[in-house]
Amino acid sequence: MIKKIMAAILLSALPTLGIAAGEHVHLDRAPINTSDTASLQRGAALFINYCLNCHSANYMRYNRLKDIGLNDKEILENFVQPFTGGKVGDLMKNTMDVSESKVWFGAQPPDLTVIARSRASGDGSGADWLYTYLRTFYRDASRPTGWNNTTFPNVGMPHALWELQGQQEMKPTRVRGDGFMASVDKPVLAKPGKLSALEYDRAVADLVNYLVYMGEPAAHGRKNIGLGVLIFLALLFPLIYALKKNFWKDVH
Amino acid sequence: MAATKKEPVVVNFAGPFNAPIGGLLTWVDQRFPLMSQWKDHMSEYYAPKNFNFWYYFGSLAMLVLVLQIVTGIFLVMHYKPSAAEAFASVEYIMRDVPGGWLIRYMHSTGASAFFIVIYLHMFRGLMYGSYRAPRELIWIFGMVIYLCLMAEAFFGYLLPWGQMSYWGAQVIINLFDALPIIGPDLSTWIRGDFVVGDATLNRFFAFHVIAIPLAILGLVAAHIMALHEVGSNNPDGVEIKQNKNEKGIPVDGIPFFPYYVVKDILGVVVFALVFCAILFFAPEMGGYFLEYNNFIPADPLKTPPHIAPVWYFTPYYSILRATTEDFMWVLRIGVVAYTLLILFTARGCLPKLLAALIAPVVLIAMGVIEAKVWGVVLMGVATLIFFLMPWLDKSPVKSIRYKGSYSRWALTTFVVVFLVLGYYGTQSVTAMGTLISQVGTLIYFAFFLLMPWYTQMEQTLPVPDRVTG
Amino acid sequence: MLVAASGVAGGIATVAAGVPFVASMLPSERAKAAGAPVEADISKLAPGERMTVEWRGKPVWIVHRTDEMLKIIKNGADKVADPESKKVMQPKYATNEARAIKDKYLVLVGICTHLGCSPVEKFAAQAEAFAADWKGGFYCPCHGSLFDLAGRVYKNKPAPDNLIVPPHKYLSDTVILIGEDNDKGAA
Repeated sequence: MIKKIMAAILLSALPTLGIAAGEHVHLDRAPINTSDTASLQRGAALFINYCLNCHSANYMRYNRLKDIGLNDKEILENFVQPFTGGKVGDLMKNTMDVSESKVWFGAQPPDLTVIARSRASGDGSGADWLYTYLRTFYRDASRPTGWNNTTFPNVGMPHALWELQGQQEMKPTRVRGDGFMASVDKPVLAKPGKLSALEYDRAVADLVNYLVYMGEPAAHGRKNIGLGVLIFLALLFPLIYALKKNFWKDVH
Repeated sequence: MAATKKEPVVVNFAGPFNAPIGGLLTWVDQRFPLMSQWKDHMSEYYAPKNFNFWYYFGSLAMLVLVLQIVTGIFLVMHYKPSAAEAFASVEYIMRDVPGGWLIRYMHSTGASAFFIVIYLHMFRGLMYGSYRAPRELIWIFGMVIYLCLMAEAFFGYLLPWGQMSYWGAQVIINLFDALPIIGPDLSTWIRGDFVVGDATLNRFFAFHVIAIPLAILGLVAAHIMALHEVGSNNPDGVEIKQNKNEKGIPVDGIPFFPYYVVKDILGVVVFALVFCAILFFAPEMGGYFLEYNNFIPADPLKTPPHIAPVWYFTPYYSILRATTEDFMWVLRIGVVAYTLLILFTARGCLPKLLAALIAPVVLIAMGVIEAKVWGVVLMGVATLIFFLMPWLDKSPVKSIRYKGSYSRWALTTFVVVFLVLGYYGTQSVTAMGTLISQVGTLIYFAFFLLMPWYTQMEQTLPVPDRVTG
Repeated sequence: MLVAASGVAGGIATVAAGVPFVASMLPSERAKAAGAPVEADISKLAPGERMTVEWRGKPVWIVHRTDEMLKIIKNGADKVADPESKKVMQPKYATNEARAIKDKYLVLVGICTHLGCSPVEKFAAQAEAFAADWKGGFYCPCHGSLFDLAGRVYKNKPAPDNLIVPPHKYLSDTVILIGEDNDKGAA
């Protein structure tokens, strides 16, 4: 009987694995690795150069970048002084006036410290969403900024990385459907930028990698400690099991 | 006045220190009921020897309670209960406070773990009839703890001040808005403002860190005192106290200390393995333990596209959402059918009289008050109906092992329906989901309301005199 | 008798002692003072667009409706639960078909009358997951309530009432004052 109940519980629990969201979008898998410090450093540079002008990362301190293989001097000279002239222990605030940004973009640009965590959904991780989003901007004259995005329709933000990627436009593209060819509007590169398509994807992956790291700087250490804790508990189990057996040997 | 005269305490486990420790304990024992408490609740509390897997969750619930209190104390040292600073202070804990992330994850994972453990503990009670006489009060104290725990979780969920915190509180407080006449004033009183805001956050903080934990601690003490008064039930539902040896010790009982203490320690190790695996490798648990939208600071002007309460509330949330204007007709038919069932088949005059009096009132109220209110009422009744278990179950036996097939199928179906309702509570509204929730709601209530009938009609198995294996 | 009298007196004292604690949870003077009226400049609001202003911590929407939208409202009266807004206390000027002082501009508190979520604008008339023959309006993501372009709730939805029109008045052709009107003064 118990087995039957357990089986029923397990069966009915199956559909709960994975939260379904209202509207589904296809997301590309972000090719990231948060142990790759070179990639994280490139991503941090991109983030400070391109994102921090309008966005903030109000909960992240510059000197935390020591996590990703930089030292205080490098952080101060390359990341802090050229932009804010502040101290190495400062938070990554941005200098833009809130009211000014509301005029330009219709809203205050969101803080990006934990953006990678908040953008996760049933469709994919936050990294997947960001990786797809930053590669699907296209020119749209009907928008106030002149830019639109297939992952985030009618987005308020213009394409901040357009110099790197170039400009995409919506064009009908032949794609393979279920056994037939179909024509779908897709963003296609119209004017190339400083980087090739492959280099741009790589740069976005670095940036997303950094955003994921910044969302939870403790994540790396967390897994290391976790491994140690689990190994300890796994060794503790037989010991306690023997203890219990010993105490219970006269109970029948 | 001299201290109470008692036998000296004899210690024999500390080698050369036996004498001083024994002396100290004797001194304490003559001023405080140390040894009698120890004997009553540990070394001479006889528990049935046949506890199985399902009996770990009581001690584990105590463990998680302690974990939540300890981690909570340390979080309060850094957290700021103000709408302007709350979100930032949580990130401060996660980043700038040494080890803060670990304490925060222990607390957030512990919240979900608490409900998992409590639900399994309740399921054990349902399965083995642990609510039956003479354990009604244990069950009732337990149910009050469960309600307090839901309040505790609800208040605590506002504190990170993310989008889910904010809109979850907004929706739940607005439930009170639905009550006739006093509703709007009541919800304003709960919020302390016309919208969820700083005042709401501050008072939720007070309830979360002081009021409810105090209540829970007192109730847990009452729960255990009641348990140790009547003795534990067991998977066979046999009263071990009816079968004592010449010394007055139950023949199927073993002292809680050391036997169940070491057994529960083993349970703690296994629990810690699972808990730490989640804590260190999946603290968000796929958006179930920490919802993704809660990493966006609360914005009173914008509801996230998909909001759902945390998983442990979703079965009740499904019942709330199932109650539409159309479903009210089904409910009316249900009330009439149930009343007729009582009038024609119940024994005794009291139930018939009550049914004949209550049914018309409910039916008239259903005509007058809108469906929105009934969703709230049904959700409330769904939690409170557990209190009636000791009186709904009329089976001559306690344990599912000796009950008939009706009870077995009823319990299995109930568990499945509870999980299905829980699943649909996490999802966006769809026509299909609403229909399934409505069917689920009917089955949920049928499990309880029809229990007096199916537990009496079925063929039970003979209960042994002694516990088995 | 003495015991009963003492019991009653003690009971009264206990209840009286509870009053200040219960009262302390009511909105404070600071919370009450925060409800001042706000001005909204609608000169830049394009037809078919919506803007949001914050009033008493709640979102207030102003929608610039096109003639087509107004036509849809006229044709949709049979689908909504309370087409003439009879059910709740509304400002008098919100009981007409367009639920507005000026037909073009709709002013609404953007809070669902069900459980207080903020509905999402779905102005385009197109097939949606929640309604195949959607004509445009508002959709509440929490519990699936639907509202038309005048904020009127559709039949058989969880929300019991139309979206609330806050007290408001026109200070000029392009400025609306929300939180105060000519009928009752400040609300």
